[in-house]
Amino acid sequence: MAEPSSNPPVLSVRELCKSYASTVAVDGISFEVGRNEIVGLLGPNGAGKTTTINMVLGVLEPTSGAIHIQGVDLSKRRSQALEYTNFAAVYAPLPGNLTVVQNLRYFGMIYGVKRVSERIEALLQEFDLTRFRDTKCGVLSSGEQTRVALAKAMLNRPQLLLLDEPTASLDPSTARDIRARIRDFTAKGTGGVLWTSHNMYEVEEVCDRVLFMSRGKVLLQGDPRKLPHEHGKATLEELFITVAREPLALEHP
Amino acid sequence: MRLSRAAAIVLRQFYLLRGSPSRVFPLFVWVAIDIVLWGFITRYLGTITHQPGMDLLPALLGAVLLWDFLTRVMQGVTMAFFEDVWSRNFLNVFATPMTITEYVTGLVLSSIATSSVGLVVMLVVAGAVFGLSMLVYGAMLVPFLLVLFLFGIALGIIGTAVVLRLGPSAEWFIWPIPALLSPFVGVFYPLSTLPSWMQAIARLLPPSYVFEGMRTIVAGGSVSWTTVLMGGGLAVLYIVLAALFFNRVFRLAVRTGLIARYSAESVS
Repeated sequence: MAEPSSNPPVLSVRELCKSYASTVAVDGISFEVGRNEIVGLLGPNGAGKTTTINMVLGVLEPTSGAIHIQGVDLSKRRSQALEYTNFAAVYAPLPGNLTVVQNLRYFGMIYGVKRVSERIEALLQEFDLTRFRDTKCGVLSSGEQTRVALAKAMLNRPQLLLLDEPTASLDPSTARDIRARIRDFTAKGTGGVLWTSHNMYEVEEVCDRVLFMSRGKVLLQGDPRKLPHEHGKATLEELFITVAREPLALEHP
Repeated sequence: MRLSRAAAIVLRQFYLLRGSPSRVFPLFVWVAIDIVLWGFITRYLGTITHQPGMDLLPALLGAVLLWDFLTRVMQGVTMAFFEDVWSRNFLNVFATPMTITEYVTGLVLSSIATSSVGLVVMLVVAGAVFGLSMLVYGAMLVPFLLVLFLFGIALGIIGTAVVLRLGPSAEWFIWPIPALLSPFVGVFYPLSTLPSWMQAIARLLPPSYVFEGMRTIVAGGSVSWTTVLMGGGLAVLYIVLAALFFNRVFRLAVRTGLIARYSAESVS
């Protein structure tokens, strides 16, 4: 693997656009995810969050704009850029007809993980999956499946971790656990996280910075603990609802 | 290209086959049934036709065996791909560093493994029960199998591209492809039997050269290398075209968001 350019942000998105015929799904957004940073991508349904994540994952081609992962241009060196990433999403469960270990080995090989057996054992322990190692993923509870998806997302020790509602199907106790692990991931390593969630409590707890998207644009960004007060709202949830219902009020204050 | 990524696709197929009799049986049950059925038909025809110099066993049963081999090769590719369709795994697979070349190579390697099982079973049943020896085709057996293998791979890649483009329900377009082609390539009869427009199509299909060559050998003639190279050249051409087609469909799927929607149909 070629060395990335010296100390770039783990993710740099510049003037990113995605249009389908006359519909603009993402409209010229720019942002970065720094090292050891968790950035929340928030917004109502249809705001363009998942479209943005799909473009960063390389499964959706932007109409225009640029994405650099660890300094590597995704459009020019897709395979190399994606070696630095991994993701977990509620709508992308791992194949249910493979066991936990089989899935982790399969994806470990695809991501080129060195000493994959050792890495799998470590992740099984870290995500409390040892007892399910030979269980087919399809028969696990949704919470257990989420843990497997997160273990898969950590396989290659990604520099950029994309999490699309990672705790959506978890009970509060497990969700707290997972949040702690993700925070640990950014604190101990050099990676960053792009996180989407509709749980504003979680966002406040986890994210260092949030981006509010509406109608394909980033309307606001800042510290989730300060942003509500800067815009005259008591809570992040109130701010979210305003973004969802009256985006123009925030676009032209 | 990293072979380890292609090997991951093969390993996944191995895991699925190892734990699933419903995936293992089709590798050899249908081809074995085909060989038994056509073996008895051949025997019966042998008793009612007495054409001197015509050995029905390699002409009919051998043809069935070769045609089933091509079908299994094609299905080996498409089945490995369908596993990703059925388990809604596209997003997980295509959001990785794996390139399209590595992915398709993985499908082809899976097909080599699964179609080999079918070929061995057919050879054993045809030999043990009906006394068919494929050695009757002489040195041409290897190029015959190679041409059919390459064309089967090409058909498999085209099939996967069609399903990728049109969606999971399009798999029903894929299963009948060998049956649609078989009348044109003259599996059981000389191409001269066909009307001229069908013969024109036959000349564009690599298996036509194999089955014509096979009958020539059975009738005591010899097959020119030009004929075999023609079949082989066409098969390679179809593989190149199939790869270009798959690549084009994949790029379209990435541009339109089809890859993401395969897994995330309800995503906001």
